[in-house]
Amino acid sequence: MVDGYNGLLTATVFLPAVGALVLLLLVKGDRNIRGFAVLIGVVDLVLSLLVFGFFDRSADAARFQFIDQFTWIPDVGLNANFLLAVDGLSAPLVALTGLLGMCALLASWHVKLRVKEYFVWLLLLQTAVMGVFTSMDLLLFFLFWELELVPMFMLISVWGSGRKEYSAMRFLIFTILGSAFMLVGIVAVFVTADVGTFNMIELSTEATMLTSAGLLIPLSGLFWLFFAGFAIKLPTWPVHTWLPDAHTDAPTAASVMLAGVLLKMGGYGLLRINVGMFPSQTDRFAWALMALGVISVLYGAVITMRQTDLKRLIAYSSISHMGLVLVGIASVGISDGVLTVTGLSGAAMQLFTHGTVTGLLFLCVGLVYEKTHTRYIPDLGGLAGRMPVVAVAMLIAGLASLGLPGLSGFVSELLVFLGAYTAYDWPTVLAVLGIVLAAGYILWMMERTFFGERRDRFANLTDASLVEAAPLVLMVVTIVGIGVWPSLLTDVFESGLNPMVDVLNGVINK
Amino acid sequence: MVSQAVIWSIFLLPLASFVLIALVVRPLLNRYSMISGFITIGALGTALGFSIWTLRSVALHHDLTFEPVKWLSVGNATIDMGLLVDPLTAVMLVVVTGVSLLVQIYSLGYMQGDPSFSRYYAYMSLFTASMLGLVLASNIVQLYVFWELVGVSSYLLIGFWHERPAAAAAAKKAFIITRIGDVGFLIAILYLFGRADDFAAIGLNAFHIPDIWQAAQPQAALGAVLGGAALTWLALGIFAGAMGKSGQFPLHAWLPDAMEGPTPVSALIHAATMVAAGVFLVARFFPVFEHSADAMTVVALVGAFTAIFAASMGLVMNDIKRVMAYSTVSQLGYMIAALGLGLYAPAIFHLVTHAAFKALLFLGAGSVNHATGTFDMRYMGGLRRHMPITYILVVVAGLALVGIVPLAGFWSKDEILLGAWNGTGLVDTWVNRVTFSALLAGVIVTAFYTVRMIILTFHGDFRGGIEKELEEKAQAAPAGAAGHGGVHLHESPFVMVLPMALLGIAAVTLGYLANPQWDEQLGIPKHWITGFLADGLGAARGLGGHSETLDFSFGMAVVSTVAALSGIGLAIGIYLKRRDQRAEPLEKLGSVYTLLSNKYYIDTLYEDVAVRKWFFRVIAGTLDWIDRNLVDGTVDLIGWFFRNIGTAIGRFQTGQVQAYATGIAFGVLAIILALLLA
Repeated sequence: MVDGYNGLLTATVFLPAVGALVLLLLVKGDRNIRGFAVLIGVVDLVLSLLVFGFFDRSADAARFQFIDQFTWIPDVGLNANFLLAVDGLSAPLVALTGLLGMCALLASWHVKLRVKEYFVWLLLLQTAVMGVFTSMDLLLFFLFWELELVPMFMLISVWGSGRKEYSAMRFLIFTILGSAFMLVGIVAVFVTADVGTFNMIELSTEATMLTSAGLLIPLSGLFWLFFAGFAIKLPTWPVHTWLPDAHTDAPTAASVMLAGVLLKMGGYGLLRINVGMFPSQTDRFAWALMALGVISVLYGAVITMRQTDLKRLIAYSSISHMGLVLVGIASVGISDGVLTVTGLSGAAMQLFTHGTVTGLLFLCVGLVYEKTHTRYIPDLGGLAGRMPVVAVAMLIAGLASLGLPGLSGFVSELLVFLGAYTAYDWPTVLAVLGIVLAAGYILWMMERTFFGERRDRFANLTDASLVEAAPLVLMVVTIVGIGVWPSLLTDVFESGLNPMVDVLNGVINK
Repeated sequence: MVSQAVIWSIFLLPLASFVLIALVVRPLLNRYSMISGFITIGALGTALGFSIWTLRSVALHHDLTFEPVKWLSVGNATIDMGLLVDPLTAVMLVVVTGVSLLVQIYSLGYMQGDPSFSRYYAYMSLFTASMLGLVLASNIVQLYVFWELVGVSSYLLIGFWHERPAAAAAAKKAFIITRIGDVGFLIAILYLFGRADDFAAIGLNAFHIPDIWQAAQPQAALGAVLGGAALTWLALGIFAGAMGKSGQFPLHAWLPDAMEGPTPVSALIHAATMVAAGVFLVARFFPVFEHSADAMTVVALVGAFTAIFAASMGLVMNDIKRVMAYSTVSQLGYMIAALGLGLYAPAIFHLVTHAAFKALLFLGAGSVNHATGTFDMRYMGGLRRHMPITYILVVVAGLALVGIVPLAGFWSKDEILLGAWNGTGLVDTWVNRVTFSALLAGVIVTAFYTVRMIILTFHGDFRGGIEKELEEKAQAAPAGAAGHGGVHLHESPFVMVLPMALLGIAAVTLGYLANPQWDEQLGIPKHWITGFLADGLGAARGLGGHSETLDFSFGMAVVSTVAALSGIGLAIGIYLKRRDQRAEPLEKLGSVYTLLSNKYYIDTLYEDVAVRKWFFRVIAGTLDWIDRNLVDGTVDLIGWFFRNIGTAIGRFQTGQVQAYATGIAFGVLAIILALLLA
């Protein structure tokens, strides 16, 4: 039974998977495979931009748009639907996935090993992540969430470097652990009498939201079950240790996808499910989110300072930056007054901006590694004179990462801090200290890798080629664009978050 | 009346210049890199014209309030991009565009032949645009945005010759130290947002600068929103930002290192404009600061201490640019101290004159470097015979700095000293006395190091320049210092001398003509600039009418001149006729000399003790160890537990994802079945 069908989202989500299938069965020859995969990436980027561009952001527009729905498992009483939709929270993340997906494909231009298989996994990964951001049915959401693991595991363990099998396994085990918690939560929601739905739209609408009555597990328990799954993905301290390993050993494209969009699934889950479906619990435990967030920000930043591997350094900085997502969400814990969307908007913006900024950082590091064959910082130095394009891109990404105004990172950090300060002033001040630490590790890293005297052994380095520079340019344009004109994004995010804020204002301080 | 579009284009022209050079000239026309110089100069020349037009319009009391553009809405406040055009803005616009234009012309000669000529002008355009954006900002977040952009331009320009490790390190140090101050500024913004509801209740926007002024006024009909300890903390937060940018103790350590940048950069950014942004910031929020005696006391004492503290280090430096850098820190201390005492107009007046003569001093140092290849005064000497124009101009600028009548610095410094002596009643009397004493003592020290610098550079016999220096130090030529490698004792080219001469004229006349002391001069009314600025402040407080200005005091002029002359005399006595020109007479001071040349060991304390030892080794090292062993270890333990808990999960150890996927599939199926049967 078809309940509503637009088709755009289905196409956006499944195009890469269909492309992967075609690739697997029909396309032959490495050049053709590359070209075909990038073509799919470009088309999917266009589709995702259509989703973002045609998303109606006006005040009286429907909250969920582009709904694709039909009953999926009708006869077994499971009531699970195939339900894809986007609201203001997911639409920008869909666009982000399209953008990074294409950049990741382009960054894989020089992959030599098992080329076909590689691109199949990469395309499948994109479908999985797109699915997570658009599924509005818990079961479907969970399936996409799990589907993403397989390609990522394969990409790290086959095409990675260093202790790649170990790192891939750690990634897998950690995420499964999180998924296990989440699955228990999903089942508990479903089996509760009078609820019996996986429909996330209903579950996040005030009238049909879960209440404590008749629940198998208390609401707070559900909150923490979901939180555990998302916190590991984000990742937050103290369950972050899979991330540096996975990043360090992953191939460039996988690092880009991992930092750029996979971590965002954690933050998205927190906003969509924890904040959206358990507003009273979010308010109740905001202090804990704040504590974890501040610890992650500072702890991640301090440890970043000690890193000597470029990829590890960026990985640890991601932990610090993802801590800000928690800090932004914690703005829910205001003690008096009316909650504004500021902090949540900052958290959502942080997902997007960190995706672009860290994606670009990993692209640049990938190029450095490809050309110098090392990521060990003390072995590098003076690269700016040899590869100016990469140096400029890296500098812009680095400056965005340390929150320079005019670039995207500043907007999200500012919104996060503004929002969080109204709820927890002194802890926010602690988190603000993170911007000094960020300046420290980013600029120190730039100094040691790109500046300083030229090294003779890098005399024959070449700068980024046209294919290599294309994704860099795309990302720089996005980073500068969002930095200069942030309301392009914030307006969309806020149209998705405002309904949540309205609900939250109903439950806060009751 | 000047239109909104004209004022916006003061900021947009240099920005367009940056974009054009960065996106078109450098990638496509790099062989014709001179174009970028001309683009920048054209943009700034026009901007200067527009700035003067704006100044005139402000002076004629035109209504220059414009509707801002919304940038981002946050809760009960909006972050706008708007124009705040008052006397302070107008004066700063002219100073920034004027000095920047002259420095860009000078750079045509100084940077000639540098392989990164276009990049240089791109950065300079970016800097000037950011600085103008900062000056024009009507919203505190907008101001913060440009504040940071100014900082990053400074970072890029200090590290311009990025292949020199010292330059790269200095750039990083500058950015990080100023950012420590910026944290305070940012927290002040957060605090304002925290009070946004209170602002909104009386129709104000917590980010709009005039609204912040209004909220701090106790006499405002609507009642003060800001007040008490909160206002003090707010002011101190803003002041922290100012301390970083303006190199006030203890955040001064970056500025002397910043001399690693090209010399015109030092002249523009680290002498005339950006470092004065801290002074501008305090002045911008002066209607807030003045309502907290505690905050004002802190400002005054920090400024006064910095004035004398930095000057003392300037006494013993061998690098001509470092002498000037410490001098800049010290003079910024004068301005900050003046603001702390409530001397709003004299502080800005001094900012203006200082911009002229200090930029000239730096350009003079660049000119000297052009001839000798070095900045080390131990290898200079006798240059007055070879470069007489530079010599005369540096002497003029130096005496203006010392405060010799009738040069520019005399008039502005005397206003500060006189105001400090008289007191304004905003702070306790002891603060006035302490500040006055420090500033007066600072005059003697200033005179001494200035004359020492002039004698070491221009008098005596030539001591060999860069060639001798390299011979003695036996080290490779600094990379990137293209065109300045050898010793060519001659006057600098016209394109460098002309801007210096124009600044020289300003250094002579600006003090008296901008602020005639007795009666109208050339159509400029008595006490014009101080009166103009004070009226602007009065309007910012929400009061109209005419404000008081300080009348000239012969007594104070005598006192300051005696102080200056004693310093000059002492330096001449020690240096001019010294027998061994290679020896440093001050070394006889023994441990005091050691203390000063080691900059009071503050850099050692910051870099070696605080950062390397405590932060990096102890704190970061400990956390890193904990992360690798305890956090990871615990997690591994849990992982181990799960991996060994049963055969099904044990399969994971084989790394077969097929098995995993099957497991998940069956797991989900099992759950579904269980649910159906239940």
